[in-house]
Amino acid sequence: MTTRIDTRFAALKAEGRAALVTFVMAGDPDPSTALEIVKALPKAGADLIEIGMPFTDPMADGPAIQAAGLRALAAGETLHGTIDLVRAFRAGDQDTPIILMGYFNPIYIYGVEKFLVDAKAAGIDGLIVVDCPPEEDDELCKPALAAGLNFIRLATPTTDDKRLPKVLSNTSGFVYYVSIAGITGAATPDFGKVATAVARIKSHTDLPVAVGFGVKTASDAIAIAKGADGVVVGSALVDMVKRSLDANGKATSTTVSSVMALVSEIAAGVRSVKK
Amino acid sequence: MTIQQTLNSFRTGPDETGHFGQYGGRFVAETLMPLILDLEKAYTAAKADPAFHAELTSFHTHYVGRPSPLYFAERLTEHVGGAKIYLKRDELNHTGAHKINNVLGQILLARRMGKTRIIAETGAGQHGVATATACARFGLKCVVYMGEVDVERQKPNVFRMKMLGAEIVPVVSGSKTLKDAMNEALRDWVSNVEDTFYCIGTSAGPHPYPMMVRDFQSIIGKEAREQMLEREGRLPDSLVACIGGGSNAIGLFHPFLDDASVEIFGVEAAGHGVASGAHAASLNGGKPGVLHGNRTYLLMNEDGQIAEAHSISAGLDYPGIGPEHSWLHDTGRVTYLSTTDSEALEAFQLLSKLEGIIPALEPAHAIARAVEIAALKPKDHLMIVNLCGRGDKDIFSVAEHLGGM
Repeated sequence: MTTRIDTRFAALKAEGRAALVTFVMAGDPDPSTALEIVKALPKAGADLIEIGMPFTDPMADGPAIQAAGLRALAAGETLHGTIDLVRAFRAGDQDTPIILMGYFNPIYIYGVEKFLVDAKAAGIDGLIVVDCPPEEDDELCKPALAAGLNFIRLATPTTDDKRLPKVLSNTSGFVYYVSIAGITGAATPDFGKVATAVARIKSHTDLPVAVGFGVKTASDAIAIAKGADGVVVGSALVDMVKRSLDANGKATSTTVSSVMALVSEIAAGVRSVKK
Repeated sequence: MTIQQTLNSFRTGPDETGHFGQYGGRFVAETLMPLILDLEKAYTAAKADPAFHAELTSFHTHYVGRPSPLYFAERLTEHVGGAKIYLKRDELNHTGAHKINNVLGQILLARRMGKTRIIAETGAGQHGVATATACARFGLKCVVYMGEVDVERQKPNVFRMKMLGAEIVPVVSGSKTLKDAMNEALRDWVSNVEDTFYCIGTSAGPHPYPMMVRDFQSIIGKEAREQMLEREGRLPDSLVACIGGGSNAIGLFHPFLDDASVEIFGVEAAGHGVASGAHAASLNGGKPGVLHGNRTYLLMNEDGQIAEAHSISAGLDYPGIGPEHSWLHDTGRVTYLSTTDSEALEAFQLLSKLEGIIPALEPAHAIARAVEIAALKPKDHLMIVNLCGRGDKDIFSVAEHLGGM
């Protein structure tokens, strides 16, 4: 079974460049602006889109994504709303892969089986659920794979060679390498170490490897794109959303455009690296 | 219940994947997964090593002051006119609560693992104080995460931790209370994987924490069992303990779980009342979900977003509960009741006046229900209430609630 994620990575490989994977939070700063942001991303240069499912207690996220989630929840975002967002996006875009990223509890409460059916029907291609490691694969990973969704796993600097096969075993779509032992949006990674780690993962799998956590600028993205199949940018984009808001935390006329300006800049960087 | 009838023992959990029935597990980010697997391995080795137990016992005896007395509360018993009420005096421990039992175990383990930096979350500050104390004793760096709201309402404990050399990090994310302190401690651990040991204060979190904390706190129940046999020549008929995360309760309960004649009561914090929505009673007012590494009963909304708990007692102010309690609730082995803020305040005063013992607000929740249950029992019924902490830390906030008496 081939998903939009597989198709997109194969196309970019043929083109000889890495993918730009952009993360934005569903419902941030409000549901309709979030939809405008997601709709504008492909044209600005996003090759794949990760959409955050807001959660009150995001234990792996730094201040930027924590705040984005709380803005979305305050604006009334729910998991139903997030699925609706993707459905609305799909009405105008049948090709760009969409991956939902977040934590297990909202999915568990929605009901795993129902969620997978609704997610697939809405045009969602993959899931990244931070607190579902391989040890808990029966909970969500295996049902998601059976439902025809990709389950994208995080590999980290603490995932050693002995553990890597376990992490890769039920992974599909791509492997998300977390460039630092830390939270999202934290320190800039050591690019030399990241390149070594990506090579190490590639020796264990044929899946594309995308790198995220700590990628903030076009030059960070260029450094990562040299060795990896994809570059993930998240905190920098949700920070841009925050900076565009008015004194009451509401979206302004520059919210969508300022995020897209940053995406375009980083996309140009990623596309400048030829392989 | 049918589940209860088919079980041979309530004391064999968790299974090898860290589950008590459907509860527990290891719902953590991949960065932490290798760390908790290492911890499990190190704990399993320590548990089998007589030298580890000898060292822990020595500290219990000479540093903590164990065994804690099992005290017959004669005037409280007369006042109630029913069961004979005994208090397990864990409030007499060094640092004033049961928390030190678990902390010493974990810190000795951290030393065995070669970790040099200890992090902890704290609500009321009792676990933070115990951790800061043990770190001072062993010369370890100590960082305590505490919600900004709790820093404000538990100032004496903040000062104690500072005196002991700990760094206090006020947590400003989310609701700024215990659950957010735990999130922040987990974020610290993800960012400092080489040298840092996360000393969790209650019987919750990812496996092996619920099991490990329970094992370290079971000293309470083991002692109480021996003490009661010695005093009365038989086992108690009932046990009562308060529950936030539930470590003092599981510590008292666990050695008695297979004694079918012993009735067991856990008491949650009902805040303004379970019906009001402003409470911390996960079992009585929540449903199963996944947070902080384990599946357990949680307070949340219909979208799976975690709700803020409320209790007059900062130590019970947590929207979850240890996974073993969730399982004991579902199997029916333990009955979980709840006590409101105002009932706890009354019990706080009752015990102070009748026994000359000022309890912490946490066990005051247990006292409130214990008195009620004891009144319905015959005079030869033997009850043990876990007095898991002393009230020094609470006198100012209680005075405020009682109108500056």
